[in-house]
Parts: sequence; structure tokens; C-alpha cells
Amino acid sequence: MSQSTHHADQDALIGPGHTMATLTDKISDIVLTKKHPLQWFAVTGIAAIFASLLALTVVNLFFTGIGVWGPNNPVGWGFDIINFVWWIGIGHAGTLISAILLLLRQEWRTSINRSAEAMTVFAVMCAGMYPLLHTGRPWLAYWLLPIPNSMGIWPQFRSPLIWDVFAVSTYATVSMLFWYVGLIPDFAVLRDKATKKVQKVVYGMLALGWRNAARHWDRYETAYLLLAGMSTPLVLSVHTVVSFDFAAGIIPGWHTTVFPPYFVAGAIFAGFAMVLTLSIPLRIWYGVDDLITDKHLDNMAKVLLATGWIVTYGYGLEAFMCFYSGSTYEEFMLLNRLQGPYAFQYWSLLLTNCVLPQIMWVPKLRRNIWALYFVAMSVNIGMWLERYVIIVVSLHRDFLPSSWGMYAGSRWDWAMFLGTLGFFTTMFMLFIRFLPMISIAEMKALVPHKPGLATGSRHAAAHH
Amino acid sequence: MAQVFPKSSNTLSKASIVVAGIVLGAVGLATININRTTYVTTQSMPIEQVVQFTHTHHVGSLGLDCRFCHTAVEESSYAGIPPSKTCMGCHSVVWKDAPILEPVRESFRNDTSVEWIKVHDLPEFVYFNHSIHVNKGIGCESCHGRVDQMPLMMRQNSLNMEWCLACHRAPEQFLRPKDQIYTMGWDPEKALGMTQAELGAKLKLENNVQSRTNCATCHR
Repeated sequence: MSQSTHHADQDALIGPGHTMATLTDKISDIVLTKKHPLQWFAVTGIAAIFASLLALTVVNLFFTGIGVWGPNNPVGWGFDIINFVWWIGIGHAGTLISAILLLLRQEWRTSINRSAEAMTVFAVMCAGMYPLLHTGRPWLAYWLLPIPNSMGIWPQFRSPLIWDVFAVSTYATVSMLFWYVGLIPDFAVLRDKATKKVQKVVYGMLALGWRNAARHWDRYETAYLLLAGMSTPLVLSVHTVVSFDFAAGIIPGWHTTVFPPYFVAGAIFAGFAMVLTLSIPLRIWYGVDDLITDKHLDNMAKVLLATGWIVTYGYGLEAFMCFYSGSTYEEFMLLNRLQGPYAFQYWSLLLTNCVLPQIMWVPKLRRNIWALYFVAMSVNIGMWLERYVIIVVSLHRDFLPSSWGMYAGSRWDWAMFLGTLGFFTTMFMLFIRFLPMISIAEMKALVPHKPGLATGSRHAAAHH
Repeated sequence: MAQVFPKSSNTLSKASIVVAGIVLGAVGLATININRTTYVTTQSMPIEQVVQFTHTHHVGSLGLDCRFCHTAVEESSYAGIPPSKTCMGCHSVVWKDAPILEPVRESFRNDTSVEWIKVHDLPEFVYFNHSIHVNKGIGCESCHGRVDQMPLMMRQNSLNMEWCLACHRAPEQFLRPKDQIYTMGWDPEKALGMTQAELGAKLKLENNVQSRTNCATCHR
């Protein structure tokens, strides 16, 4: 708490002149009264078109079958799994920010956690679509669940794919609960400030009868901490399990013990890139740079840099183990990555994930939104290419040259990928429109207290 | 603005938790059990055929052996539907002008098939072979039920996968001596004075019957 006031102004986590009242007004007005900037309508409109494209591709998929996609023999996994891993990874930053940074009492999480959690929920939705649709018969998706069905069999519990079902569904449930519980006090604020009856009723129902009582806060704090405790292992476990989808297979390029840690780091890397991608425009459009300050951007850039190095280490170790194992197939896999038909993708991934983010070493660039946006986009692309390389390059040339093949995403693959991007953006824009994008209750803890004023809010007590 | 929520909202919101639990539970139970209902399986529902052939009369009263008509059952995956010639063996003499049998006579005259509707119609992705079942000691009755008591043919069992697996996991529950495969209403206690458990264990050893639950046993 006291940190922010002692440090130089540029390290402040909240702009000068804010009081409890101005905070409440500023954030809730965005939802309740403020006219939305033109950019909101432009982005939502374009995103909605792409979201409709998603609906179109899904309908086409249902009527035609998964043959409309690119996967073949031997490349049985393509865009469906690439995009699944990409999206689920993006979600991880939200959970890290909301859970681990909360437990570590990192105050700078406060203004970005709400939108990061929203990002997590929407990213998991996009991710979840892919495995369901790539089964080809999504109406039989309940076969994935261990329910006493009329077939008399259980799912194959020894398969990492079924662990995935549990990991992702747990992740989706906990993320949504966490997001919702955090929103309850803010729903109450919106309910109380609302002027229209519809708003009062809807926000009132969502606020679950919150009256700001001490008992409410007490229970809220307990629930929030418990959920943070539950989410913390999920940050590590979900992407670990996703990496098992590959690591438990015997294909060169998949069968690697370094996968779990480097997948987790990659997930956080990709997630922070997406948080930056989303929060930089928000700052500009809604003028909230006094809440999402330069200090926030600086910190996120540092996380990006650190996780980027873990990922780079992972790439290095992968390459080293190919050589060190002495296995012909592993050596071939590495050579094939470096100079095979997909070498362009591999070198691009090294450029975008390992080289370009290094400009974040320069303190000035960590606070320059253009530089940050450039790096964030670079990482978004790089992490997608990483999954492309892992999946396609490993599968297209396995042990038997007679079964080699090539893969390229079909136009329906691309349409669906663009569609999920549109769906994600639409959901996020609706979130900006209808929910407080920054936690009002938590931000109040960052307001400098006047002497003699009782400590108003939750984290204040914990931090003194 | 006045309060938008009346006092009863408190009670309603608490009740809604219970109701939501009940609804979710009901939907879950329905999802699990829908495939077991006769609505989906259509078991125990007599099926109208072109000729209302009665197994009760032919098997129950006359005592025809199953193999008299279903000739291929011992050697083939498919038990076989008899040609009209088999019917005409008797019905050129017995009931030879009965209107009900006109489709059979017509098929015999024109050398066309009587279009019977398949009652035990397994999905295409299931590989099933009659011969291995009857040769390992599974009686017709175990799957098809008391055919001698069915005026119109119907499916006695659901043919759900859990039903197949109930036997494939422990075939000894249904094994019978190889000379009793085609007997209807056979009872090990009455015939041999043995319980099914004793007989099943003995026959399982003698005939080398194994539990077959590999996916590829049925899904090839």
C-alpha cells in the first residue's frame, strides 16, 4: 500500500488526485452512462462479423464433417489442436494475475486483473470449442465424461486426452467462479448507481443481495482467498496436462520431459502478450491511463521478458537433447526443423519469441506503448507458430519415410481461427460495455488515505 | 428510485438454488438414461411385417427347430432369412389359399423377395457373428428371448453396448451345453440339477470360452 506513495511519481499504480468517489465514478460511468468511443463500435462491429464467420464454419463442419479441415495422414492434428493450445495458453496470464499475484500481494495486479480474468474466460471458451468440434460428432461429447452411460464403458483414464478434459473443465469452472466472485461488490456498486430499472434489476440480481456489510466482506475475503488458492495450482497444472498430450506420445519432438515447464512458461508468456494487446487500446480509448499506469505496462513487459527467456531455454534444451540423446530420429527431427520444409515457421518463431522481445531490456521501451504493442503482437504470432512447429513438423515426418506427408490449413481452418478471434474480441468488447473493466472495490485499496480516515478496504489491512 | 426487489426476493433466491440443483440433477439423470428407454431402443415393441408371421405357432406349437429356417446360423455371421421356397414347402399344402399368405405366394411365383423388416438391426460399426456365439454355447434364447412366445417378432433386449458387455465381461452367466442351444426355456436346475454358476464355470473351461472386451472384438 504505502509503496505507491513513497516511490517516484512514475512508479505510481494510480494517477494523482483520485479519491474513493472519483474511482467509483470513473469506472462505473464507463458501464452506466458514458458514451462509448467510436473505436468500440468499429472493433465490435468487425469482430461480430468474424464471430458470424465462426458460426458459419461450425455449421459447415456439422453438415460436412471434419474433412473440411486440413488434417490428414500422417498429420492427424492441425489447426484444431494448434489453436486449442494457443487459446488455452493465453488464458493462463489471467489466472496468474488474479491468483498468484494476489497471494504474493503484488498490488499492480489490481487494475488489470478484472480484464485479464475476462480474457481467461473467453480464451478458455475459444479453446474448448476445438477439441469438442474436432471429435467430428460434438453431440456425443458427453462420452468424454465419466458418467455411467448405456455403453457400459468409462473413458480411457490412462490417456492424457482425458486428463485434458478434467484439466480444462476444472480450469473453466474455477476461472468463471473467481471472476464472478470478484465482480459481486462491483455489481452492487453498479446496482446502486444505476438509473435505469433494467440495470438495477440485472445488476441487482448479479450482486446477490450485497449490502457492503462487514459479514459480507468477511465471507467475500475468505471465498476469494480460497478460490485464489485453488487457482494457483491450476496455473501450473492445466498447461502441464496439455503438454502431456504430446509428451506422453512417442513422436520425436513430442516425447520430451522439458515440455511441462516450458509449456507453462510459454502460456504465461503468451497470456501477458494478450493482456498487453487488450489493455493498451483500452487505456487510450477510455482514458484510464491513470489506472492502468506506465508502471503496470513496465511490470508486464518484465514478466514477458522473464517468461520469454524460460521459453528460449526450453527451445535450447529441446535442441540440445536431440543432439545429446544420440537418437537418430531425434537428430533428424531437429535438422528437419532447422532446414526442412517448415524451416520458415521455426526460424520465424525464434525471431518473434526469442529475439524481438529483447528490446524490452530498454526501460524506456517498456513504457512506450508502440514498442510494447509491437512485442505483444510478435509474441502472439510467435506462440502460435510454436504450436504449429511442435504439432505439424513432428507429425509430418515420423519414423517411416514411406508415411511422410505435408500439411496446410484449409480455408475452413483459417476461417474458424479468424472466427474464434472474432468471437473472443466480441465477447471482450461486450465485457467492456456491460461490466466494470477494472475492479472498483480493489482499486480503492490503492487510494492514498487521508490521515484520520479509517482504512476503507480489503487489502489495506493486509498490507500494513 | 424505489426498491426494485420486493422482500420475497430473499426467499426466491434461496429457493432458486434448490430448484437449480434439482433441474441439473434431473437433466443429468435423463442424459444418462435416455438411451436405456424403450423410446430409444424400441425394444419389446412388436414390428408389423408384410406377412404377420408368428413364431408362437411355428416354434411354440409346431416345435420347428430354429435352424429349419435360419439355416446359416452355425457357419455364418448371419443367421439367414429363409427363401419363400422354405415357406412353400408346407404352405403349398397347408393354408394354401389363405389371403394372409398372398405376399409369400407372390414372391414364390415372381422369384422376388418378401421384404421383411430386420428386427435385430445392429449399427454398421458393430461386427457381429452368429456362428461363434452358438458354437461357444450361447443359446438363441439368451439374446432373442422366448421367441416361442412371441406372436409377432420383437426385440427382447436393448442391444445397448452395456448389454453386450454384460455377457462379454462374464460369459459364464449364460453358457449352456451345445446340444441345448436351440431349446427354448432351458433351465440348468431342471435339466441337470446344476446352478448356472456351476455349469457356467465348467463349460467355460471345457469350451475355452474367454471374456472378450477388446474394442476390436466388435469394432473392426
